[in-house]
Amino acid sequence: MSSRLQSVLLPVTIVVASTVALLFAVGSNPWDPIRLIIEGSIGWPPFEAGTAAKVGDTVMVWVPIALASAGLIVTFRAGMWNIGIEGQIIMGAIAASWVARTISAPRPLRVFLTIAAGAVGGLLWGLLVGILRTVGGVNEIFGGLGLDFVAVSVATYLVIGPWRRSGVASTSGTDVFADAALLPSLEGSRLSPLMVAITLAAIFGVWLLFRGTLYGLRLKAVGANRPSAFLLGIPTNRFLLGAFMICGALAGIAGTSQATGFHFKLIPAISGNYGFLAILVVLLARFRAFWVIPISFFFAMIAVGASQLDLRLDLSSTLGGVLQGTLVLSAMFGLGWAAYRARKRAEGTAVGSEEATV
Amino acid sequence: MGLELREIHKHYGPVRANDGVSLTVEQGTLHGLLGENGAGKSTLMKVLSGFHSADSGEIMLDGKPIKLASPDDAIAAGIGMLHQDPLVFLPFSTIDNFVLGSPGGQRLDRKRAAVEFDELCERYGFNLDASTPARLLTVGERQQLEIVRLLWLGAKVLILDEPTTGISADQRSKLFTTLKALAKEGMSVIFVSHKLEEVADLCERVTVMTRGKVVGEVEMPVPPERLVRMMFGQVVEARARSAVDLGQPQLRLSGVRAASGLLSEDTVSIDIGAGEVIGLAGMEGSGQDTFLRMCCGMRAPKEGTVEVAGHNLTGKHYRDFLAAKMKYLPAGRLEEGLIKGLTITEHFVLAGGDKSFIIDWTAARDRAVRQVDHFTIKGTEASTAESLSGGNQQRLLLAMLPPQLSVLLMEHPTRGLDIESADWVWEQLLQRREEGTSIVFASADLDELLRYSDRILVFFSGRVIGELKTAQTTVDEVGLLIGGRRREASP
Repeated sequence: MSSRLQSVLLPVTIVVASTVALLFAVGSNPWDPIRLIIEGSIGWPPFEAGTAAKVGDTVMVWVPIALASAGLIVTFRAGMWNIGIEGQIIMGAIAASWVARTISAPRPLRVFLTIAAGAVGGLLWGLLVGILRTVGGVNEIFGGLGLDFVAVSVATYLVIGPWRRSGVASTSGTDVFADAALLPSLEGSRLSPLMVAITLAAIFGVWLLFRGTLYGLRLKAVGANRPSAFLLGIPTNRFLLGAFMICGALAGIAGTSQATGFHFKLIPAISGNYGFLAILVVLLARFRAFWVIPISFFFAMIAVGASQLDLRLDLSSTLGGVLQGTLVLSAMFGLGWAAYRARKRAEGTAVGSEEATV
Repeated sequence: MGLELREIHKHYGPVRANDGVSLTVEQGTLHGLLGENGAGKSTLMKVLSGFHSADSGEIMLDGKPIKLASPDDAIAAGIGMLHQDPLVFLPFSTIDNFVLGSPGGQRLDRKRAAVEFDELCERYGFNLDASTPARLLTVGERQQLEIVRLLWLGAKVLILDEPTTGISADQRSKLFTTLKALAKEGMSVIFVSHKLEEVADLCERVTVMTRGKVVGEVEMPVPPERLVRMMFGQVVEARARSAVDLGQPQLRLSGVRAASGLLSEDTVSIDIGAGEVIGLAGMEGSGQDTFLRMCCGMRAPKEGTVEVAGHNLTGKHYRDFLAAKMKYLPAGRLEEGLIKGLTITEHFVLAGGDKSFIIDWTAARDRAVRQVDHFTIKGTEASTAESLSGGNQQRLLLAMLPPQLSVLLMEHPTRGLDIESADWVWEQLLQRREEGTSIVFASADLDELLRYSDRILVFFSGRVIGELKTAQTTVDEVGLLIGGRRREASP
């Protein structure tokens, strides 16, 4: 237990210390930017009256990060680095945009169809990474990265090509979707209770998957030791594909939320890099589903609040990215350190058993 | 003068890989180091070449104690090691490989190195070209490259670890000629092998190791039987097994041959009856693993058929073999068997028959508690696989087996286990045999092979070179076959 605590405390300490040092280095009082990030994302004091729009934005940034994180827990548990998550978000957004642009139906049905289409779009893109991996032997990191680029290109092509705004072709996005295709939201805010509910349900579902189901246990077995799982008769490839499909579907819903709940149109950078952020979230959460909720929110606050930095202080908003990066590097270091310590402790027996088979 | 190892101890956890080993290699001799797998010869050579440092003990070179903290130190002291798989960088050219390990600054003088390389090659009759990409070299040529490289670095002691694996007969005789020439020039050569014939051909003195200790040293030549005795010790002769009627063949291989590598030259055919126990003897890596993997569908044979319990499963998927009630337990218990990080309860759920989607954890835990108790696993239902000792890991693996197996394939069922656990394992296996399960197991332990098998298949260099009825064979016969020597044809 203490080593787990250590691996959480250590990175947090490192990130706080390095952030403070960094802010001092750029000649700023460390407290100012931190307060500005809080103020810019949830208001100062937090959740004050009149901050509904800000909070709504932050929640709607939280949604895709948290959804993608929930999905990534599944692929990570299966032992896969699903770097292709960005592409899966984008493909979800494209599929949702296609439905939003072409299908007219009563609003509830139309909204349902956009979400379903997003899930399918992400699922298929995830499946592609999985097939490349299991059939083609393409490492999922490279396959996923390649497909990320393809997805961005497809989105850009659609935005400046077939789906361009009437009259002008601009990378600023397609025409805004019809109201009936948008996610229903609270008055005066982007916040969509439906998306929040779906996200929480997804997180709970992932928790349940690994807590109580045979499917989840088998997936964990495949991720922890594929040869052993295979010998136990588990169809390992099918499970890997399953993990990619689950993750892709959740990422696709995240893409839907971006398209029909945040930007209200398709833009080339529709993913907002939230897929990559989600990788960091999952690493920090150490694959525990419920930790995704606060950690994603923290990241969403930085993402939304950092835009205040260059407006109000003479600091670049990219400082937010630096903060996130430092946090993740510290977390990785913490994980590596914990693993190193565990290995050190176990060294005697581990090396011995290895040697005995020489 | 020469090389002297004094009281070398090297323990890995509880495993005493080297338990007070002393060895003297006179300058200019060819010294053989013989022993079965796990005897500790590789560990000793790793200590001598600086890969591992000994827990205690002394290494003297030319009468002076030397400290070897890394392979670098060993090279600097003049000790060169030729590994079983030559350490050659395949994408590099021959000359780049040659200069790679050279000490000194950042400047590479390829031209001068090439001249010296050619000189060395000529001197030892190696036909190597400096510009050839290393990946085009045969294994034998890679060895030659390694030898000239070590000579160039100033090696005075040359260690060769099983150097004849994977090289042609021609290359082997050339290697032996070279080694003899080197010894004449004053080089001390340590030749590590399990092949009796080669040791007899080449070496002037032979040291035999078993279980981490030196059990004898002889001046060659001696009859091979004596070396076998030293390697395997006094082994109890086979006992008559309790009478079990062998039933219908459960596993039937006809004319099976692997596509490449081990077991690809000759075909293997064998019928294994219900309740029969087959031991696979041979040095590790002689093809037993390939044999077992072809038996269980993890490797499809290139030719021949595999039948399990009356079904022709040739070329079928491993899961079809599982469905025919075959199970395979490889040697690496934590690598190919158990899953690190998962608890005993979770293992039973994964292995168990309950296929319902939602796991009933209460019932699963109860079942696990009962199994832990029944199979006397030292641990609790919440223990993770890696926290168990080797013996308890083996107990868990056996406890996870489904009932009523047709065939059980095992590698090293009792390796690393204490006597109590080993006996327990065999109790379980013999009980399975009574139920009609055919058991095929690979082992390096002659005692175990002779005690429990009905028949023994002996593997050597990727071929099955003998099938013996345990009741009609002797320790010597099995030992000699393992060392690659067929007994003179008997009438």
